Parts: sequence; C-alpha cells; structure tokens
Amino acid sequence: MMVWIEQLVTSFIASAAFGLIFNVPKRMLLQCGSVGMAGWFMYMSCVQLGIGVVPSTLIAVVVVTVISQLFARMYKTPIIVFNVSGIIPLVPGGIAYDAMRNVVENNYNAALELGFQAFMLSGTIAIGLVLSEVVNQLLRKPAR
Amino acid sequence: MERMVSEKGNGSFVKAEAHKDAIQSSLAGTDVCSDHDILRICLLAGKIMLQNGGETSRVEDTMMRIAAAYGYDNSHSYVTPTGILFAIDGTAPATRLIRISERSTNLQKVTIVNDISRRICGDGMTPVEALSLLQETDTQPFAYPEWLRIATAALASGCFAIMFRGGWSDFMPAVLAGGIGFLLVVLLNRFVPVKFFAEFLAAAAIGGTAVLLTQNGVGADLNIIIIGSVMPLVPGLHITNAVRDLMAGHLVSGLSKGAEAFLTAFAIGSGIAVVLSLL
Repeated sequence: MMVWIEQLVTSFIASAAFGLIFNVPKRMLLQCGSVGMAGWFMYMSCVQLGIGVVPSTLIAVVVVTVISQLFARMYKTPIIVFNVSGIIPLVPGGIAYDAMRNVVENNYNAALELGFQAFMLSGTIAIGLVLSEVVNQLLRKPAR
Repeated sequence: MERMVSEKGNGSFVKAEAHKDAIQSSLAGTDVCSDHDILRICLLAGKIMLQNGGETSRVEDTMMRIAAAYGYDNSHSYVTPTGILFAIDGTAPATRLIRISERSTNLQKVTIVNDISRRICGDGMTPVEALSLLQETDTQPFAYPEWLRIATAALASGCFAIMFRGGWSDFMPAVLAGGIGFLLVVLLNRFVPVKFFAEFLAAAAIGGTAVLLTQNGVGADLNIIIIGSVMPLVPGLHITNAVRDLMAGHLVSGLSKGAEAFLTAFAIGSGIAVVLSLL
C-alpha cells in the first residue's frame, strides 16, 4: 500500500514538473500531473497483474492519450500539452541506459537484447499514440 | 493617412515598408487588410507555433484556418522544422517563406496562438487586432524563470529515482545530479552553439556526480540515480512529435525530428558511457 501511494505521488510530481519544464500554462500543471499519474498507475497495475511490459505500456499510453483528448476538448488547449508530460514516465529510459552500460562493458549480446527491448517499447508508445488518435477521429467523423 | 482597400484581392501591391506604416497608423481603424497582411498573420502564427514545439500538422492546420477565416479558401502550406512556405491563391496569388533557425519548447506560446486562431475563426477577430496580439506573443517571453525550471527538473529527477524502484536514500543524490545536469544544459546552451554537445557534457556531469556520491556512501544504487537524473534531458517531446508527424504523412518533418531526438538520446547515452568506461 505504501509503495502505491509513494509511486502515485512521485509520478504526479514528476509529470507536473515536466509540464513546468516545457512551459505549460500555469492552470494546466495539475492536469498534466494527473494525466501522468493515471498512465503510470495503469502501467504499474498491468505489470503487477503479470501482463508483459510491452502490452502494459500500450494500455498505459492509450489511457494517457484518451484522458489528454478529454482534457484538450474540455480546456480548449492543444492536446500536446497533456500528452507529452503523460508519456514521459513511460519512456524506456532505464532500459536504454542498461543497454548503453552493457555496450561500454563489452557485453554486446546483452546490449543488443536490451536495445531491442527499448526500441520495441518506444515503438509501442508510438502505436498507442496513433491508435487512440485514429479511434478518436473515427468517432468524431460521423458526429458531424 | 488611411489607405482604403475596399475588397480582398484588388491587387494592392505596396512595398513592405509603406505597408508597416499603414498598419501602424490604422491600428485602431480599418478592418479590411490586404493579401500581404493576411500572409503576415498566417506566417507569424505558424512561426511562433513551430519555434515553440507545435506539431507540423497543427502548424499547417492553423495557418490554413486563419487564411480561410479571412476569405482565402485556397491556401497551401509546406512546413518543415527549419522553414515554412505559405501561399494563398486568389486574384493576386502570393507566396512567402520564413526560415526557422532557433527552436525551443514553450507550450504556453503554442496554447496562446491556438487561442488566437480560435478567436479569429470563431469570434471574427479583425486582422489588425490579431496581428498586434501575435506580435506581442512573439516578443514576450511567457516562460517560467530559469531557476524554477532547474529546481523542478531536480525534483523530477528525485521522483523518477523513486518511480524506478530506488530507495529513499537515492532521492537526494538524484535531485543533486539531476539539478546539476539541467543547470549545465541551460548554461551551456547559451555559450555552445551545438546543442548536442551541451547535452553530452551535461550527461557526463550527471554520471560523474552520481559516481562521486555513491563512492562516498551517499545513495545506494548508482544505476537508479543516473537513470532518474537523466530523465529531464530525455527528448520526450521530440519523439512524440516525430511519431505524430510521420503518421500524419509529414514525412520530411517526422524524419528530421526523429533524427534530432535520436541525436539527443545518443549524446546523453555517450556522455554517460564515457564516465562509466573511465571507472
């Protein structure tokens, strides 16, 4: 339980901080934080349930984009404001770092494996972004 | 002295200088502007958005919507990360080019320009009003103070260390290393013309700080500290934008933004690698 609270609070602060680094308008900082927190919560729960890292990331990214789209329409703000800070926690920085470290230590096999994993994860983030965008556009077209 | 332009596209080709004067003198007066003013408004809006991290499709969309709202239904835009080409058709077709040499991330400006474009299309804001608002947006900084950004980057580094399952003993070292790293990027970007070199040096500094701290017994896990403090430098916005551009069919800008993101990631990785290999 403590771990969950800890993770939720830190992911909220980290995402809001990223919003500030990207100069997001002041009244949108809390929303950025909550988008990031929701994505990270989804990712954590999926991993906890034993779903693989790649599908977990996909689900989390879709959640992030859907919430971002809602916020973008609610506050009449470009979606990129919410999107970016929500996705930052899911970027495979740790795995990319491990890959780099293995390259330096001449463990090329391990490095290749980790590098591919990082590549897969960033591809997944891309697919998640596009997927929810396409669904959103399909849903919006008939309404007009 | 007021120039009267009765309807759009009656061929009012005036020199740019004379034009500026006309706009300034008629700031309060006429609603109707010529092709050149509309072009200027569109290009200025596009330039501000592109310079501050808007996606290519949003930039093109905004410029064409503004043009359409002012009665130019046929406009063409070609946007790349380093320049904008914009043309309007009509009785007096015109094309202009703007070169973008500096890019940074300021989503507040993107939001403001988005609002202005909404007001132009929805509430019928006059060209003169729009132009003055855009010029104000272009010149004002609209940014948080640097110390605040550095402090939050440091805080974010600590939080990321916790999120990547570090202990609380890794929090303070990550804050310190991440703060130093971001401070270096901000400082070096002023003096070093090559952006990637600044990121390389910052990553090396982060690695050095983390190694120093852990060797002296502050902080438990070197890897967690480094990953956490590197996160503020990670090109997340560029990756997101690159993918969105590629999928929207803007192949040129998608690829070049992807290349930028890759170079940044490579600079960070090699900065850390240099420090680790020296151990």
